[in-house]
Amino acid sequence: MDTLQLLISGLANGCVYGLIALGFVLIYKATEAVNFAQGDLMMLGAFIAIGLTNAEYMGLPFLPSVILSIGIMGVIGYLLDRFVIRLMFGQSQVAVVILTIALGFVIRFVAGLIWGHEPHALENPMAGGEVRLGDLVLGMEDVAVIVVTLLLTFGLFAFFARTKLGLAMQGASQNQLAAYYMGIPVKRVQGLVWALAGAVAAIAGILFAAKGSVDPSTGLLGIKAFAAAVIGGFGSLPGALVGGLIVGVMEPFAARYIAAGYSQIAPYALLVAMLIFRPSGIFSQTRVKKV
Amino acid sequence: MSLLEFENVTLKFGGLTAVNDLSFEVEEGEVFAIVGPNGAGKSTVFNLISRFYDPYAGRIRFDGHDLLQVKPSGVAAYGVARTFQNIELFDHATVLDNLLVGRHRHRRTSLLSELFFTPSVKKQELQNRHVVEEIIDFLDLQPYRDKMIAGLPYGVRKVVEVARALATEPKLLLLDEPASGLSVEETTDMRWWIDDIRRQMGITVLMVEHDMGLVSGVSDRVLAMADGAKLALGTPAEVQSDPAVIEAYLGRAA
Amino acid sequence: MRIVFKTDYMQDIRPWKDGHQLSLYLILLALVVVAPWILNDFYLGELTNVLIWAIAGLGLMILTGHTGQASLGHAAFLAMGCYANVILLEQGVPFVLAFPLAGLITGIVGALVALPAMRLHGIYLAIFTMALSILVDDIIVLTEPWSGGVSGKYVGPVSLFGLEIDRWGTPWAFYWLVLGVTVAVTLGYINLLRSPMGRSFIAVRDSEVSAQAMGVDVARTKTMSFGLSCMVTGWAGALMGLYATVFNNETFTVIISIQLLMMIVIGGLGSIHGAFLGAVVIGFLPQFLSISKEYVGMVFGGSSVAIPGLEVGVFGLILIAFILFEPMGLYGRWLKIRTWFELFPFYRKDMFKRQKSYLKTERLR
Repeated sequence: MDTLQLLISGLANGCVYGLIALGFVLIYKATEAVNFAQGDLMMLGAFIAIGLTNAEYMGLPFLPSVILSIGIMGVIGYLLDRFVIRLMFGQSQVAVVILTIALGFVIRFVAGLIWGHEPHALENPMAGGEVRLGDLVLGMEDVAVIVVTLLLTFGLFAFFARTKLGLAMQGASQNQLAAYYMGIPVKRVQGLVWALAGAVAAIAGILFAAKGSVDPSTGLLGIKAFAAAVIGGFGSLPGALVGGLIVGVMEPFAARYIAAGYSQIAPYALLVAMLIFRPSGIFSQTRVKKV
Repeated sequence: MSLLEFENVTLKFGGLTAVNDLSFEVEEGEVFAIVGPNGAGKSTVFNLISRFYDPYAGRIRFDGHDLLQVKPSGVAAYGVARTFQNIELFDHATVLDNLLVGRHRHRRTSLLSELFFTPSVKKQELQNRHVVEEIIDFLDLQPYRDKMIAGLPYGVRKVVEVARALATEPKLLLLDEPASGLSVEETTDMRWWIDDIRRQMGITVLMVEHDMGLVSGVSDRVLAMADGAKLALGTPAEVQSDPAVIEAYLGRAA
Repeated sequence: MRIVFKTDYMQDIRPWKDGHQLSLYLILLALVVVAPWILNDFYLGELTNVLIWAIAGLGLMILTGHTGQASLGHAAFLAMGCYANVILLEQGVPFVLAFPLAGLITGIVGALVALPAMRLHGIYLAIFTMALSILVDDIIVLTEPWSGGVSGKYVGPVSLFGLEIDRWGTPWAFYWLVLGVTVAVTLGYINLLRSPMGRSFIAVRDSEVSAQAMGVDVARTKTMSFGLSCMVTGWAGALMGLYATVFNNETFTVIISIQLLMMIVIGGLGSIHGAFLGAVVIGFLPQFLSISKEYVGMVFGGSSVAIPGLEVGVFGLILIAFILFEPMGLYGRWLKIRTWFELFPFYRKDMFKRQKSYLKTERLR
């Protein structure tokens, strides 16, 4: 029973990692760039929701403010692409990586200016709620996190596999010029992906802030989400979720069964091992360049 | 003994047979061309020689050595140099530096002596420079010597790639579509250069080319390929009149 | 505009273009050598700091700027050099041996780390090195018996050929030590770039396939580059340790790694100048911010409140501006300005314009 409890809390954490990883994968799938600021976007989304909902700020009712903050983050994602990322059109992956790291710095700084550096929790109707399954007692928030994440992942997966726009996004990533010639509005598609990533970040942030608390450096969680994305194989949406769950579940078990001092290394050690032995992840997409 | 020997070479990518039981020999001192429709496996032959792929079956020998025992970066040391279909130059370096990289296989100095730039390194650099300057003169690249590749027109890059391959002082030069994308004048220049490379420098040339004018103008023998297999092998005139080749290009007569 | 007529191959092989350029660099060298008599102790310390960052920047520049392998984990090698140096000193090894050894050890470890990293490209390598950098914090805590763990270590004055080098007591001696290392590393770097090894680094950066076809062993070249890069970074780390005098597991965080990479991007990737210009920016930014904060406080009468994260935030903004508007960095900007003056009034706006490239998938490598 104890093990099961650990498993559930690990799964809930893993879902948040998975959601951030989902953001990486979305942008990677559509633009071949990696957004190192995804964790910071999540933090920003959480703070926007807190700013709208919590009594000390605006005190709006929970549901409308959640929807509003997801919308705001979508717009922020779009604007980031429109005014910053798009100027980098066609430059190397690494340049975009450095740019997004810098963006993360700036977002952290701005969030610190507005909301301060103390941890905040999101006031929400689920707080303290419980779901009982036999002897098992689950936090309402944990259940919500798991359900929302599953729905979102498979929704996005279906979107990329089935809809025209989703396919256009994939095409745009594999060869911009060819996609452009095929009549895919590459730039608009890229903007939409960033908006989508912003919205996903907001959802991750809201779920995270409902479960615990956030402060401006929470965005560094993004690094663990990298582990998730790499394990899943950058470019695979279900892979990101699976990777997130692996990392999330590993943490509480490592803390329980491995000596203190070694346990927090576990996700990074797994990341390093993964990169050494199977860099293309569980769901591989890498092939050899043709000359 | 021939310079380059392909013996029953087969290469498969998954279910696709890219090269099928291919055998041919390139003799020392000749210009040997490979022609064929797109997807016939011409560039794959080059990539096999460069050791980018391991053949599924068969043997490749160069100058008496079993090439399959050599790693990709070791091929140049035996005297094989190549150009690429889509130009693979070092874009953010000057033409001179690109050519000097071609001298890499003649490097005799160690990292330590290079860090201190000892007299032996200096001597080697002067020697390298001497060789490279002759190639620059040969291919008329003087105006571009100190220019970055990234700013050069397509035709010039094509020539720089040939120059870089020559800088390795190869025995066998592989040219992957040397005339593709060139203007009529540039193609004519390329034709004289290939002729001179063989006559003046004594380098054997193996090339893949679509321009039949260029092929019949410079090559001694032509190999026609389709679907990874040999269609015909002979002088340009023989191959051009071969019924199998005509069929592969124009389709079966109705 | 000066035109250099070339009549000898040595004009391209030697590091300077002409006597004019050589004399400029000699004047610069003379100025920094006499700096202890010109500057007070505070600014001398700041200048020392800039030079140490410049050495670290040169180290990373070899790997990222010239071999094209982005590392987000070089703080790990700074830490390695720092700890190796101090632990050797504690074992009674004289500084004159401990210091070079510290770099050598770091270089060898770096080359070993490179072996598994060889198959990784672009972002994967960046993530790999970033994970290493995060792990170093924990590794230092776990190896507490040698490293001092969380409580850290203290390093006192060292002596070199009988000269007492103390960061606080004899700042000029420490400055000259750092300057000496800087000059030595820079000269080595210049030599590297004009010899076959340096060119093979550039070849690997620009096109791995054709480097291979020219006989460059890509894996070996990358390993060499990693080794050299980490060796230089290790020396910078050793000097950082001496400069800070106290340090622990939190001194060399992943943020330092990121700042180091950003520094060389701001300075200009792929040039020795870039490492120095970037170091100047990162070294003087805190001073500049505190001075401008005071100035704002004076003019508008506000109290000069501490704004946490201001430095990093401003640094991020500067970086974004550079990547978007001057991807060639400060050195690139300087080249443009110089060309403008040299060609006046014939400078054209698109003189440095690069051909537009379209992104193709890097998944198909």
